[in-house]
Amino acid sequence: MTEMNENPLFLLPEVFLGGSAVLGLLLGAWLPRHRQWLVAALGAAACTAGIAAAGVAAAGAPVTAFDGAFAVDPVTSTVRIVVLGGTLVVLALSTAPLRGQARESEFHVLVQLSGLGALMLAGSQDLLLVAAAYLLASVPSYALAGFLKDGPGTEAALKYFVIGALLGVLFLTGITVVFAAGRGTAYAQLGGTLPEAPAALVGTGLAGVLAGLLFKAGAVPSHFWVPDAVQGSSPPAAALLTTLPKIGALAALYRLLVAPLAGSEVPWPEVVAVLAALSMTLGNFGAFFQTDVKRLLAYSTISQVGYLLMPVAAAAASARAQPALLYYLAAYALTNLGAFAVVCSLPHARTLEDYRGLLRRHPALTLSLIVCLLGLLGTPPTAVFLGKLEVFTAAVDGGLAWLAVVAAANTVASLFYYLRWIRPAVSGGGDSPSHRALRPPAVLACVTAAASVVLGIAGGPVLGVMTGALAG
Amino acid sequence: MLTAIILLPAAAAALLLCLPRRTPRAVHLGVWAAVSAIVLALTLVVWAGYRPGEGIQYETYARWIPSAGVGYHVGVDGLSLPLLAMTGVLFLACACYASRETRRVRDFAALFLLLETTCLGLFAALDLILFFVFFDLSIVAMYFIIAGWGHRGAARAALRFFLYTFVGSLALLLGFIGLYLAADPHTFDMVALTRENPLAGRSAYGALVLLALGVGLAVKTPTVPFHTWLPPAHTEAPAAGSAILAGVLLKMGTYGFLRIAMPMLPQAWREYALVFVLVGVVSVLYGALVALAQTEFKRMIAYTSVNHMGYIILAVGAAAAAGTDAADARRLAVTGATFQMVSHGLLTGALFLLAGVLYERGRTYEMAAYSGIAARAPLFAALTGVAVFGSLGLPGFSGFIAEFQILAGSLGPRPVATALAVAGILLTAALLVRALQRMFLGPLRLPDTAGASGAFADVRAHEGAAIVPLLALAVVLGLVPRFVLDVIEPASRGVLELLAR
Repeated sequence: MTEMNENPLFLLPEVFLGGSAVLGLLLGAWLPRHRQWLVAALGAAACTAGIAAAGVAAAGAPVTAFDGAFAVDPVTSTVRIVVLGGTLVVLALSTAPLRGQARESEFHVLVQLSGLGALMLAGSQDLLLVAAAYLLASVPSYALAGFLKDGPGTEAALKYFVIGALLGVLFLTGITVVFAAGRGTAYAQLGGTLPEAPAALVGTGLAGVLAGLLFKAGAVPSHFWVPDAVQGSSPPAAALLTTLPKIGALAALYRLLVAPLAGSEVPWPEVVAVLAALSMTLGNFGAFFQTDVKRLLAYSTISQVGYLLMPVAAAAASARAQPALLYYLAAYALTNLGAFAVVCSLPHARTLEDYRGLLRRHPALTLSLIVCLLGLLGTPPTAVFLGKLEVFTAAVDGGLAWLAVVAAANTVASLFYYLRWIRPAVSGGGDSPSHRALRPPAVLACVTAAASVVLGIAGGPVLGVMTGALAG
Repeated sequence: MLTAIILLPAAAAALLLCLPRRTPRAVHLGVWAAVSAIVLALTLVVWAGYRPGEGIQYETYARWIPSAGVGYHVGVDGLSLPLLAMTGVLFLACACYASRETRRVRDFAALFLLLETTCLGLFAALDLILFFVFFDLSIVAMYFIIAGWGHRGAARAALRFFLYTFVGSLALLLGFIGLYLAADPHTFDMVALTRENPLAGRSAYGALVLLALGVGLAVKTPTVPFHTWLPPAHTEAPAAGSAILAGVLLKMGTYGFLRIAMPMLPQAWREYALVFVLVGVVSVLYGALVALAQTEFKRMIAYTSVNHMGYIILAVGAAAAAGTDAADARRLAVTGATFQMVSHGLLTGALFLLAGVLYERGRTYEMAAYSGIAARAPLFAALTGVAVFGSLGLPGFSGFIAEFQILAGSLGPRPVATALAVAGILLTAALLVRALQRMFLGPLRLPDTAGASGAFADVRAHEGAAIVPLLALAVVLGLVPRFVLDVIEPASRGVLELLAR
């Protein structure tokens, strides 16, 4: 605490995104309705600039800003690039269905604010900043979930909000308890004080913090909102809900557990491992007999968080955990967005049965769907395969071989429902409805599917970038 | 060179998918056959340039994911070269056989080409993750072939096939990760792992890794009790798909035993070899007995595959028996196992294509529905007869050489088990000859199901072009096997040296 470092240039991507959100809000109030797409364009420009800035920052040494409250290191840099890229995809997905609607610009602004929240979650090194980022990531998401103002959307938003509010309170309580135990909220300080604090107190506080962060991640036991919120909201909003907050939350969780809790007596690796196993198992069982594609993807995302929690659980024991987590995050985001892009491009196809005979009508789109679903499953050479390989390796290396076995068994189980979707799509028959695929999301689906294969093949250099140490 | 062989079919598949929709059927099929022929020709060039006994050749290494210890590493030696050649032959045969295919030809050809890449890549891979990538992709491609072009119950059978083999592949992946973490520095490179023997002296760890690998490979092979996916998959798949499934995909499991499990886990393998011997014998006998009970021709052949794969498992298990005096015998067993892979690929491939011919004429595999076909279709009867006698191990065919070597080699180290396995030969001989007699001799009777033409046409040119070379090759290998054995023997000696560490 000797020198104050308040250089806002370290937060350039966040500043870009926040600035474009505020500017977009103002613009939206003045622009005529048919020009509101400019708000999305502005957001896209901010995201692109932010990715460039994050790339430049990633090349430099790890630094901290604002008195150590915000870190710029491999975790932040990766999350920045992934979240900004994800925001870009969500913006692109939402332009077609929202074109010319009354509240078009508001949607784009909310998307950007939600993305900003995820960015802040990933970089925060102070529990109070984490709390602020949590709210910033949450509140716009509530609005996005119910954006359509229809029955399912209202239910989605209400359920999301009520559970979010409840767990948010628990989260803040947890932070208070940790504050009491560690006499501070900055991670640098907590790292010294928490190991000496009573384990029961730290454990209680951590339970509250976990409740909140797992809510954002959509993991067991805070996962109840996921299926309803995802099914009820519009496809682009659902794509956002299952991707962006999750990334921020998992990065925040990793940062919190690795830095301040490293020397603590609280058995958090075991707890996280059990939660990981429960998440993947419950998610898979929930997904088994879903017929609604969004609901199926919602349960699939719960199970995916389980795999993402594996490297978090192994973080203390294996040096491979960090690149594994970051790579899997990037691979998951890309693949999941690709699957949602397919859903977005076929707004009339709600159930698995509606996809029957898709191969005949839209071969390229079907191929993208197959790549994305098999990608989520972890079939080589897609990116998630390499992610899974890394995650399994980290788990075994970290002494959690049982978790790797559970994860492998779960992967097989997940095969069942992904194939339930692929099978009607590739088989013949089906009433050939006249509904055409929306062009922009369909192109985007092809691009993301191709990108997930490219990321899988070119995983070597990407993994290398993610290996660096955390900022102190 | 190897890379070109591996990637050529996949590139052709991508090209086919890019062609406009209205491209005539003949173009797709022509590309498929031409590419398969080129691949086979290139494989033969590799064979011609291969010097037996000098280890891995045609090696290519490229950095792929260095931080995860994964590299693109391919090469051939005496174990993989015969299998590569067999793969090329079988795919070309399937391309010929399918030249009258009419249903969604473009996708069919593209899938087969993709499948060819995965098979060739797997046998050439010298990196565990590369091996795994091809292993998994072969499952995906085969799933779509069965589900898309199979018979009535294809969707179920394809799902079952996918689930089972995918479970196996994940067990395999865990085993690979176990090997990777044991090695220092961590690597997935097969050559390095084989050299290093990372689990030496770590008996419990080695047993766990061997368990994971064993389950994974046993599912793919398949051995009893992991064989239950095989009969439905075979029965429901289109003829060319069955031929590839039995001829090539099953070999991925047995090849994995020889290439990965034995050389990398010698200590654990020696400790648990008896398990493999038992599994092998049970597979031999159980496969034969269940085949005996089948009423469908194709299902029966599927079960004889379980039986034939059982011999290979028996041989690799017996090869680990202690005692230096049995060295020659063990080498014979390993050589026989490799030879059996090639032989079984050719003969069973031919049998499944013949089953496809039968189905096309009569729309059923039910053996009781046919009788006296020999009078109507003498060539078909003759070819089936040749394939059946080859398959039951008659001297003069490749199957005899393989089974003789396996049994002669295993008898010394494991006399009781081998004696039991010999009974399996009798059973298969009985059931195959009985099937032949029921279907081809006696008064003429043909099924009168819907879609069946009244006349039973003899083998057509494209079918003959696919089946005759396979059988001819089986005879050539049975009469003059030296040119293949010369390639295999040094490699099997190498495997045994690694096993003795």
